[in-house]
Amino acid sequence: MEHVVDPLIAVKRGARWSEAAAFAVMVAFFLVAPAMVYPVFLMKVLCFALFACAFNLLIGYAGLLSFGHALYFGWAAYVCAYAAKSWHLTPEIAILTGTALAAGLGLVAGALAIRRQGIYFAMITLALAQMMYFFAVEAPFTGGEDGIQAVPRGYLFGVFDLGQQATMYIFVLAVFLAGFLVIYRIIHSPFGEVLKAIRENEPRAISLGYKTDRYKLVAFVLSTTLAGVAGATKALVFQLASLTDVHWSMSGEVVLMTLVGGLGTVFGPVVGAFIIVAMENYLAEFGQWVTVIQGVVFVTCVLLFRRGVVGELANALKIPL
Amino acid sequence: MLEALGISAPALFGQLLIGLINGSFYALLSLGLAVIFGMLNIINFTHGAQYMMGAFGAYLLLEHLHLGYWWALIIAPIVVGLTGVIIERLFLKQLYQLDHLYGLLLTFGIALIIQGLFRNYYGSSGLPYRAPAELQGVRNLGFMFLPNYRAWVIVVSLVVCLTTWFVIERTRLGSYLRAATENPSLVRAFGINVPRMITLTYGFGVGLAAFAGVMAAPIYNVSPLMGADLIIVVFAVVVIGGMGSIMGAIITGFGLGVVEGLTKYFKPEASDTVIFVIMVIVLLVRPAGLFGRRV
Repeated sequence: MEHVVDPLIAVKRGARWSEAAAFAVMVAFFLVAPAMVYPVFLMKVLCFALFACAFNLLIGYAGLLSFGHALYFGWAAYVCAYAAKSWHLTPEIAILTGTALAAGLGLVAGALAIRRQGIYFAMITLALAQMMYFFAVEAPFTGGEDGIQAVPRGYLFGVFDLGQQATMYIFVLAVFLAGFLVIYRIIHSPFGEVLKAIRENEPRAISLGYKTDRYKLVAFVLSTTLAGVAGATKALVFQLASLTDVHWSMSGEVVLMTLVGGLGTVFGPVVGAFIIVAMENYLAEFGQWVTVIQGVVFVTCVLLFRRGVVGELANALKIPL
Repeated sequence: MLEALGISAPALFGQLLIGLINGSFYALLSLGLAVIFGMLNIINFTHGAQYMMGAFGAYLLLEHLHLGYWWALIIAPIVVGLTGVIIERLFLKQLYQLDHLYGLLLTFGIALIIQGLFRNYYGSSGLPYRAPAELQGVRNLGFMFLPNYRAWVIVVSLVVCLTTWFVIERTRLGSYLRAATENPSLVRAFGINVPRMITLTYGFGVGLAAFAGVMAAPIYNVSPLMGADLIIVVFAVVVIGGMGSIMGAIITGFGLGVVEGLTKYFKPEASDTVIFVIMVIVLLVRPAGLFGRRV
């Protein structure tokens, strides 16, 4: 049976220089890009890239498909927006508040979902996300259809004015890079190796004495926490938290980004997020066709490019990316 | 007696009836999902879109060909079932050697395409579809008024569900199916065409979804996204029931519909979430599902 991730690429180690080089290229790109591209677009890419990286930690390394990641992204956005607007918290505290909620939700949802495997896991995460979507529709503080609008970006640490587009951009880039490096560290830690062992063969990991349920739960919470960071930051960038962020289509979108970029690759989710956000941006005038095109991309990727853009590239160059 | 408890009987029975109607659709759809999962090992995310296609089939047959409800009940499931056969031959067939998750992703993509296309042409608002003349009107049962069409839906879905159960559990064809689910290569060695059986099973499951869609058309408005949210609830139903048992899927479907109806009466604001809450409780108490084997 072919696995979700090509073990040859995923397991091959030692050649870290390729990842370091790719990281340098990525950082350079995001430093230069604001000169050419609209910064809000880039900040959107960065938020979704972090979201997709967090999702990829789960599917790519632990082999768990969560179809409800919008829950953590969207609810962190709501709480961050509410904290910044109604409690007048500084942006970093507001983001941490949203993130803490995402971690708590992830702990509860993860503990429930890992009680079943494979396809059921995906259905449970989706159902739990849908439940919390209905809460978001009805809860008074989320603002229903309007969402929470005009969220103040505030002053970072009470000093830096995030209302300035350039300052905001640097802040979002820093958040993204921090999150990215945390995920990179997790993947290459002994903990990450155990996750990969669970992905490849869970019964064998159990027989080796690993409490796989605990590893899966920790991976789940880490993933939801980082998804929360992404969602909370996104709320400040757009100064908006709305039902779109918690809807199942958002969960589908993050799956799509990761799939397009390459499941189980370090840089795949970033490339995937860029492609999908760019696609939505430039195809916005076609309205409903965006959904159709997303569907076509899904089908094409599953049938023809299961490794994704970065996975194919890594495979062609025989290096890990 | 009920009045003494401050419960309005007509309202209560009204909600129970709606619960049974919803339960009919949960049962039909989760049954189709279970049958497809049994043979293909794929969770058919397109199921909601195919249910919607059934409802649109009824609407389009009436609009363009002036064929009424009864024709739609036969034609729409067959046509939609055939599209299912094409999807299986073209796409799903290529995934059987891969991780199950790819089946979920592929069918999700197909659902996005279908729903997007229908939204492009028909917008997001609902289109009305009238129940057939023979089934209009209401019956007075003494304690409540029962619309004829709703009684028809409940009876027909029960009959269809039980027939499916009978075919799978009690006939020779069903025993081939069950055997092929357990060990396809062995069944193939006996000279039974398993790939064709898989294709027809998918077509049947999809046809069942479309059948549910035609029956739903006069009750809910026909709209491109009518199946999108429903399928997630049906997923929860499937998690609660477990997909190991056909009868389990039927009982869970109807049962949860009734529970949802009761919730709508006693605590309306919780009615959207009650099935998910039950799912959480079942996961805590009986992780394998009510009728499931440990997977």
